[in-house]
Amino acid sequence: MGKTIAEKILSSHSGIDARAGDIVLADVDFVMGQDGTSPLAIKAFRDMGGERVFDPAKVAMVIDHGAPSPNEGTANLHKLMRDFAREQGIILYDIGEGVCHQLIPERGYVVPGDLVIGADSHTCTYGGLGAFSTGVGSTDLAAALITGKTWLKVPESMKIVCRGRLPAGTYSKDLALYLAGRLTASGATYMSCEFCGEAVGHLGVDARFTLCNMAVEMGAKAGIVAPSGEVLAWARGRSKKKFHPVFADEDARYADAREFDVSRLVPQVARPHKVDQVCDAQDLSGVEIHQAFIGTCTNGRLEDLRVAAAILEGKTVHRSVRLVVAPASKQVLMGALREGVLKILLEAGATVLVPGCGPCVGTHAGVPADGEVVISTANRNFKGRMGNPSAEIYLASPATVAASAITGKITDPRKFLG
Amino acid sequence: MVLRGRSRRFGDDINTDYIIAGKYKFKTLDMDELAKHVMEDLDPGFHARLKPGDFIVAGKNFGCGSSREQAPLALIHAKVGAVIAASFARLFYRNAVNTGLPVVECDTSGILDGDELEVDLCRGTVLNLTRGITVDTSPLPRFMQRIFEDGGLAAHIRKHGGFHLGL
Repeated sequence: MGKTIAEKILSSHSGIDARAGDIVLADVDFVMGQDGTSPLAIKAFRDMGGERVFDPAKVAMVIDHGAPSPNEGTANLHKLMRDFAREQGIILYDIGEGVCHQLIPERGYVVPGDLVIGADSHTCTYGGLGAFSTGVGSTDLAAALITGKTWLKVPESMKIVCRGRLPAGTYSKDLALYLAGRLTASGATYMSCEFCGEAVGHLGVDARFTLCNMAVEMGAKAGIVAPSGEVLAWARGRSKKKFHPVFADEDARYADAREFDVSRLVPQVARPHKVDQVCDAQDLSGVEIHQAFIGTCTNGRLEDLRVAAAILEGKTVHRSVRLVVAPASKQVLMGALREGVLKILLEAGATVLVPGCGPCVGTHAGVPADGEVVISTANRNFKGRMGNPSAEIYLASPATVAASAITGKITDPRKFLG
Repeated sequence: MVLRGRSRRFGDDINTDYIIAGKYKFKTLDMDELAKHVMEDLDPGFHARLKPGDFIVAGKNFGCGSSREQAPLALIHAKVGAVIAASFARLFYRNAVNTGLPVVECDTSGILDGDELEVDLCRGTVLNLTRGITVDTSPLPRFMQRIFEDGGLAAHIRKHGGFHLGL
């Protein structure tokens, strides 16, 4: 019997012939924490009697969720991270460098076939490169900082086959929202989702990150796409690490296999307050919005900003809408500057924030007012997520958010695409 | 270990943002402070009405969303006795065991808000004293029991100098 990608990666990292259901103690290739989780991990590291991290070159901490610090409490926690990073000689990305899930792949710390854990639920993003990556809590992160290991139950895998090509005006975000709607917020709980099929095979690197990023919104432990030639070249261009891409065997066993024909997909939107309450954008066309947000570990990459700029070029953001853009990293921001994308966004009326998580998690930089409606490219629309439980959050692609920013209402972006 | 308390009933898909909102958790490591805000966006005033030892009882996928360990920690500091749910999201379940919050997976459909419950963690039962019903719970895997019995993962690593899971 063959193996899934998850079974292969967890076998190679634990030294045992692992199958779904087995518990393994695995060596991790890289570990990561952000500013909402690292401070607790540092505390747990001390509680465990930790003195040195297992390998400083394999540990990064990223200050991205509340950066620059909005208050003294956050500032003190950031200082705790800086002090720990200096003491241990680990990699630290300070304010303005970007979102952890853009930085870790962009700077070549993760390559196809790797096993990565991060104290952030969206660590599953790196599945876009064909890595097994998953979120853990702060104490699990601390244990890995000391031992270089983590325990994992080898997950069952769900094969998600997306037939056909995505039509114009739809993107990997629409696909991810569509799948979340169909599979529900708990439909892939504890599983590894292997995304495949023609629509997925044609996705570029940024789009693969978007898709895998949303796997956790279906409850999954990991989302993985087998690497394409473009992905392998992308990884080789960024990392000095040797790597061996991993593919599923033809006769691998899947707990479930689902097929979707996405050749007629239309732009999708998740309604408040659940990610799996998904409908067509055109069905919400009367809904007025007050803030439009483009950014996050889901959709703050250069490809996303290009898509938004193509729609916003020569247009103006509606007078009752605030368009907020947070590039996912400084490299993304520099790319947008170089290509003229930034100029288009600014001239259309966008407010461009420091590279980082922006207002996604309610810490700063765009908390909505009572009763306001936000349309966002983020991955979560939970009540209160952006800092105000009286606001409503809709989730959509960068194209849909850009189109909605122009009209002031939720808008199917296809009308802006020639 | 036998725990006794009152049910505080919630539905499906209770996410970690509801358990403790991002606007609070990025500011402090003071879990007593965070405890005052548990479930606030979903049920304002929840903490003020909570009695020590009360159980949070929910449907499926409890604790979905972020990896924040502040979620189980804030519940512990709010003196929640245990979380009883039809199913758990993996991150919350793992974090709860690591931090020492009892998590009990069982059929919760017969438990209403305010029911008096007795949870026997060793025998794996939830007795609904109000309705006279007993349900069996899914036991923790043996290696997770080891972590829980050591007092959480930090204590486990300190005690054994690394993982000692008996796999």
